[in-house]
Amino acid sequence: MKNNSVGVVTPQYFTFAEPPNALQLKSGRSIGPITLAYEAYGKLNEKKSNAILACHALSGDAHAAGFLEGETAAGWWDDMIGPGKALDTNLYYVICANVIGGCKGSTGPSSINPVTGKPYGLDFPMITIADMVEAERHLIDSFGIDKLLCVIGGSMGGMQALQWASAYPERIIAAIPIATALKHSPQQIAFDEVIRQSIMADPDWRGGYYYEHGQPEKGLAVARMIGHITFMSDQSMEEKFSRKLKNDNLSFQFIDDFEVEGYLRYRGYNFVKRFDANSYLYITKAMDYFDLSGEKFMPTVKKTAVRFLVISFKSDWLYPTHQSQDIVRLLKRKHAYTTYFDLISTYGHDAFLIEIEDETRLIKNFLVNVSPD
Amino acid sequence: MKSDHQIIASIINEGAHVLDLGCGNGELLAFLMQQKKALVQGIELDENQMHQCVERGLTVLQGDIESGLVDYPDKCFDFVILNQIMQQIKKADFVIQESLRVGKRVIVGFPNFAHMKARFTLVFRGKTPINEALPYYWFETPNIRFLTISDFIDYCDTKEIKIERQYYLGKSRPVHFMPNLFAQNALFVITRK
Repeated sequence: MKNNSVGVVTPQYFTFAEPPNALQLKSGRSIGPITLAYEAYGKLNEKKSNAILACHALSGDAHAAGFLEGETAAGWWDDMIGPGKALDTNLYYVICANVIGGCKGSTGPSSINPVTGKPYGLDFPMITIADMVEAERHLIDSFGIDKLLCVIGGSMGGMQALQWASAYPERIIAAIPIATALKHSPQQIAFDEVIRQSIMADPDWRGGYYYEHGQPEKGLAVARMIGHITFMSDQSMEEKFSRKLKNDNLSFQFIDDFEVEGYLRYRGYNFVKRFDANSYLYITKAMDYFDLSGEKFMPTVKKTAVRFLVISFKSDWLYPTHQSQDIVRLLKRKHAYTTYFDLISTYGHDAFLIEIEDETRLIKNFLVNVSPD
Repeated sequence: MKSDHQIIASIINEGAHVLDLGCGNGELLAFLMQQKKALVQGIELDENQMHQCVERGLTVLQGDIESGLVDYPDKCFDFVILNQIMQQIKKADFVIQESLRVGKRVIVGFPNFAHMKARFTLVFRGKTPINEALPYYWFETPNIRFLTISDFIDYCDTKEIKIERQYYLGKSRPVHFMPNLFAQNALFVITRK
């Protein structure tokens, strides 16, 4: 284990919204109790002024950094969170929670419905990004944290950062939305719909009530394969795979001749082991419903003191640069002091998990300068 | 500290909201932030220069000057700085007008193409002037337009822009006599009439 790791971490659980105080959702329905799985790294200072909330993307979880007992793989943003890293745990207290609707310890469609004693399945209410943030807000309240130093995240994590800024501008000092958008374009919704259709077309999906029988593996694997194509760029796929063959010759059969095919199959079928198909449906829908464009962003604020660092990547065609520029334009209208970088990268949407050096340089300096102490 | 930066710093009041278009490596904005407790926003295109800005603790947007102003509300900055960029932008009139919209005051600084030495070089040597204020050969210069102090004063007159203050700079000291001939650089503080 490297000395800049947060080391072995233990997942924590926070339960709230016990009936009759169920959480009111944007859909009009309510749900409770809700459990959020979370991890926290570093030390909360006495004034509780050094807390950063890191928000995960579509298939992420609360395990952002360090190692779980007995595991060798580090958390999903371990390169960014730790002593001396971009989110420096010597300075900051970093919290990451699994979103509501997820399947990694937080309440979601695969959780037991207390009413029936069985997994919710499609009885689980539709969730929005605003609902995710609302749940996170309850968690932050439970720490007694009045004001977060920063909310940061890439992709769907960036949507949560924007939602925090919009709903609770007085409760955050800074926001860092990375490789994200104010709303999904029709192209993004279209990809999500194909992803959902591939899950729902699998007979093993069984209308969403498959838990006694096992996952709709084929559908979920295909869904994830589509996702992986959109996370990479033309150039990064060329560099990684080109037209390389797995074996020396073409098979003239419908098997995975090309390395890129093998990669997608490997990714798809591994994903099935770790992610619930219904969660994939619910969370993609939440992203499609997200829309903070125009007057919907910071509706109560004419001029905001929240400081923003917006980052996009030139080769990201899933959340292209112009969507981040739309965020910046909206921030200008709110007279927000904003730093915006369109970073050079060939990695496509994945860049926010890979371009650590540039991100670290920006985020470290930015956080030092927004820190009140 | 460059002399034009010193003058700009003397113009800007404590705690002012300042936007610097084409802020470069952020030297001026950092000075304004530290000395004047100004709230500063820079706009710059060059990624390396932007990184230097962030290291100095500045907020800086990656963007070009022409489109950088459009979305800001009216009069949301106390000062908009257009220093040493006039000669390099395509839509100069548009940028000045937009700056006057988003800023209560606009500070415009540019090299004076009618400076004595420049005139001499052009008229008697038949060559494009190269001096401290215009340090580039024709084949490498970022400058796409050349303007003089007289040109700018005429422009303000035509567009009904009020010149609040003007500063004329020689190689090392202010110029008071016949600035269009003797000043290498000029700084104007302008507002809407």
